Amino acid sequence: MSEHKLYLYPIWVRLWHMLNALLCLILIITGFSMQFSGPKVALVTFDAAVSIHNIAGIILTVNYALFFAGNLFTYNGKYYQIEFKGVWGRLLKQFNYYTFGIFRKEKAPFPITADNKFNPLQQFSYVFVMYLFVPLVFITGWALLYPKSIPTTIIGGSGLHTTDFLHILSGFIISVFMVIHVYFCTMGKTATSNFRSIVNGYHDAHD
Amino acid sequence: MVRQVFIRPSWLVIVLIMIALLIFAFDYKPEQTPISKELQNQKEVKPSVDLSQFKNAKENEGCLKCHGQSKYTYENPEQGRQVNKRMYGELIINPDLYYTSNHRQFKCTDCHSEDYATFPHPGNLRMESKATCIDCHGGDEQYAKFHFEEIDTGFMESVHSTKHSEEFTCWMCHNAHTYKINARTNEKIRETIIYDNTICLDCHSDYRRFQLLTDKVNPNILERHDWLPNQELHFTSVRCVECHTEKKNDSTLVAHKVLPKSKAVKNCKECHSSSSALMASLYKYEAQEVRSADGFFKGVFTSKSYVIGAARNYALNLVSLLFFGGVVIGVIIHGVLRTLKK
Repeated sequence: MSEHKLYLYPIWVRLWHMLNALLCLILIITGFSMQFSGPKVALVTFDAAVSIHNIAGIILTVNYALFFAGNLFTYNGKYYQIEFKGVWGRLLKQFNYYTFGIFRKEKAPFPITADNKFNPLQQFSYVFVMYLFVPLVFITGWALLYPKSIPTTIIGGSGLHTTDFLHILSGFIISVFMVIHVYFCTMGKTATSNFRSIVNGYHDAHD
Repeated sequence: MVRQVFIRPSWLVIVLIMIALLIFAFDYKPEQTPISKELQNQKEVKPSVDLSQFKNAKENEGCLKCHGQSKYTYENPEQGRQVNKRMYGELIINPDLYYTSNHRQFKCTDCHSEDYATFPHPGNLRMESKATCIDCHGGDEQYAKFHFEEIDTGFMESVHSTKHSEEFTCWMCHNAHTYKINARTNEKIRETIIYDNTICLDCHSDYRRFQLLTDKVNPNILERHDWLPNQELHFTSVRCVECHTEKKNDSTLVAHKVLPKSKAVKNCKECHSSSSALMASLYKYEAQEVRSADGFFKGVFTSKSYVIGAARNYALNLVSLLFFGGVVIGVIIHGVLRTLKK
């Protein structure tokens, strides 16, 4: 079995990722605390949760701008471009690998290379989270930071309610994503190798 | 060679931001209507009241001829000519507001002396003591649902009453000539909020009225509340009494025991929690309405009010909890199977 290392995570990706992960955790904890604030107990006191959530949300937006610009102007953006042709077939193949193949010790259908940092399912979910739900969460978050700017009604419903519903829905999907994301990171060469990769930048390839 | 077609996700973000900006721009009003302006407009709106439906309208006309406008005219026999005089502001009764108020069916002399029928009014009438709410409404079964006795007890214990004794009467806040019961019948909570907060601000933002009862300098409301996040939103979304009164029970709509400032609510969780105090006061009637409607979409999207931490939806909470739990269990099972098959 040969072993080789690929330099997949340049320093800016690693810094962005670390800050993004930390902010998402803070936002999930404070957001959950506000949404389910009890009359007596709370995870974080309400006023502290509001301030921390607001500050973390603002930093998240700035950090997102770094990610967006980085992907627009560097090679890293390539990994997020989904090739339209045969996309469903590839997704199914990867899904079958995760549900059956991995237990039969089959080889990963889309091994990680310098040109393909993500397998199809990773790519698909990362695009959805980073290009749909994270933008949705910060756009609605900024609107909620200035609630007077929100129209009273949006498509017949309460503007504030709709905005908040989208904010919480996106936050919830990001929370679910984080659980799955962390779990899937244990599927590297060893259970911890992917975690080391995002710190040192080098991916240990299985082969 | 087949040309590769890539979906570039950056466009998605740009489209999302454009949609958000469009929604914002579509609704953007360069000049937001300040509350005071809304109220002015509210007062300027002349209800098309048909006076024939009021049995005492004709008799009241004698009083409103002078008191219903800012100037009045009378014959001065000494001078042998007509005299125009300006009516003192506090004595002007706006007929439009009076005939849409709760007391619209009364004739003026039901509450004021019959001697006012003569002009010039006898000087001793200035000493006339005015009836308070409880004088007419107390102990009357017809008004039992309004709990006037409880309101009176609460008011007697309030800072308004204990600090200013009898000088502070019901009429300091409620105008007998314009008072209109609001929250019980009004579906528009925002109007209720403006109406009720204006009662407080009439004195607490007006130096001259405030100093009628005290020599103290009127505290600046905005500065006093600068600790409140999203101050403007709070001021337009809840009433002053929500934080400044003691709420003992569910029966009275507005608690009248106004507390000293040191005892005002400053704990966010009083409202922003699952047992929000607002559900028993401001949103009491709306909350009941939403509770009785079973479709959860109605509760989630059509309710005009939204309070972080208090707005809950049982169905959505359950679905999200089950989904999240399912994901966690799925991950654990996958992980265990992977370890076993190693």
